[in-house]
Amino acid sequence: MSFISNLINGLSLGSMYALIALGYTMVYGIAKMLNFAHGDVIMVGAFTMFTAAATLKFSPAISIIAGIIVCTLLGVIIEKIAYKPLRKASPLTVLITAIGVSYFLQSLALLIFGSNQKSFPMLFNFEPIRVNEDLILKSDSLMTMGVTILIMVALTLFINKTKTGRAMLAVSEDKGAAELMGVNVNKTISITFAIGSSLAAVAGLFFGLTYGFIGPYTGAMPGIKAFVAAVLGGIGNIPGAMLGGILLGVIENLSKAYISTELSDAIVFAVLIIVLLVKPTGLMGKKINEKV
Amino acid sequence: MKKNNLNIHNLITYGIVVAAFLFVSILVWTGNASRHLQAMLVPIGLNIILAVSLNLIVGFLGELTLGHAGFMSVGAYAGCLFAIKYAEILPTAVRFPLAMIIGGLVACVFGIIIGVPVLRLKGDYLAIVTLAFGEIIRSIIINLEFTGGASGLKGTPQNSNFYIVFVVIMITLVVITNLVNSRAGRAICSIRDNRIAAESLGINITYYKLLAFVIAAFFAGVAGVIYGHNLSILQASVFDYNRSIEILVIVVLGGMGSIRGSVIAAVIITALPEMLRSLADYRMLIYAVVLIAMMLLNGSQKFDKYKGRMNIGGLFTLLKNKKSAKEAG
Repeated sequence: MSFISNLINGLSLGSMYALIALGYTMVYGIAKMLNFAHGDVIMVGAFTMFTAAATLKFSPAISIIAGIIVCTLLGVIIEKIAYKPLRKASPLTVLITAIGVSYFLQSLALLIFGSNQKSFPMLFNFEPIRVNEDLILKSDSLMTMGVTILIMVALTLFINKTKTGRAMLAVSEDKGAAELMGVNVNKTISITFAIGSSLAAVAGLFFGLTYGFIGPYTGAMPGIKAFVAAVLGGIGNIPGAMLGGILLGVIENLSKAYISTELSDAIVFAVLIIVLLVKPTGLMGKKINEKV
Repeated sequence: MKKNNLNIHNLITYGIVVAAFLFVSILVWTGNASRHLQAMLVPIGLNIILAVSLNLIVGFLGELTLGHAGFMSVGAYAGCLFAIKYAEILPTAVRFPLAMIIGGLVACVFGIIIGVPVLRLKGDYLAIVTLAFGEIIRSIIINLEFTGGASGLKGTPQNSNFYIVFVVIMITLVVITNLVNSRAGRAICSIRDNRIAAESLGINITYYKLLAFVIAAFFAGVAGVIYGHNLSILQASVFDYNRSIEILVIVVLGGMGSIRGSVIAAVIITALPEMLRSLADYRMLIYAVVLIAMMLLNGSQKFDKYKGRMNIGGLFTLLKNKKSAKEAG
């Protein structure tokens, strides 16, 4: 495989990480919590689409929409039941709760679908594009990138231009002050979870299409990697998550191609550590001065 | 007076462990312990050692780390490789303690290597970096030749038993409780309570952070060696971040900064999935629900009246308060 096709596969993987990382970073920015269950929302999205398309024989469009709706609702419900009562609790309590939710979703999927990997239905059947002998572009890679760019542009516009988006910014800046200005904090947090989880559903679709197989623990590793991506870009920072995700995907794919398949995860994590040692708040994170 | 109280508090903790040990020993001697129970004793003991040592970082130093399993794996491989090499030469009574010390010291070295750069970070950044280090250690062990790679390290003599684990638990408890009540321990707690104030009082933050980190790493390494001597194959895939999280769950559930809580929570969390075995496929689901429910009860404002009482350490305080209230009234 040529360098360019490796790079493009990396960009496609990176777009997937970026989509998941956006969910992490938005939730962190607003609720100041690490949503460890976010990775498993991807798995739920993928399984919903699998059930709708392969078992219930719905059309691809309906299956995808069903997956997105289920994940969006799931995100909001998780927030209402598990995280909302803990808003004033210590961050560690919330973290362990999120881990509990993650175990819950995994074991539920294990009960319903069993531990065997399921083959994900090919919802789209595009021919790969042959540019020349060496360079064959997989169309699902191109689609992943295209859709991700569209989503990122839409999300940036939404956050900066609409009233709800600015409310989200305000809440992440200062919850108390935003409340005094008439922002409905609870609603804003729910919307953030809804958006983050729907992005996770889209990422679940791309995951299924790219790897072809899904299982109850599918979401765990991409979830951790996307979390790393969010931290790499500066957690809480939306452009940072996009940058971090894409960088991480490219690094992972290039090290798989040119260094070692087994060590690619180690290389990805090492990059994170090096970046954080040089810039302790991530690539695009702001430095916060401590007040005494 | 205060110091005396602390000593009594510690003695009660030791007493609970000794009593539990004697109780189980009697069960084993009289042949009343099922094979199931006997197989669970070493894992429970290991989780006690791991949780008590992690509590030093999370509960007393106040920093979140998700890489405790990484130290455990480094210690396990170092100790087991030593044990395999000298299996014929040294008698078990010399070899096993030596392996534990070597495992612990190697974990210490890794604690320093990782701790020096990483402890500059705070909060969630520290958490993700320690998680990353744990995963790096795991990937490297899987890719090395002399560690047996992905198929695992075979041939470690199976010397671990319940009695050795008990001795190590007691050493861990004595060292950590005494450290916490010492000058160094108070310095560590002051970093947790207010870093800036501690720094302005002349406490060397980096030194004490590293001290807590390295001591915790040592015991994690020792636990790893015992783990390696308990199984016929040592596999690196066991030491992933889920293992670190399991230990963290024990610490948080037991109450941060409560050593006795860690001990009791370690028993419960290790035994719970086994006790739920009859529920077969549903056990992990129930485990998850129990975990969420306990955290909600513990952290939610709706249950604020009972706050701090739902964890085990808090339960003791509650009982003690009631007792002293009774005595006073």
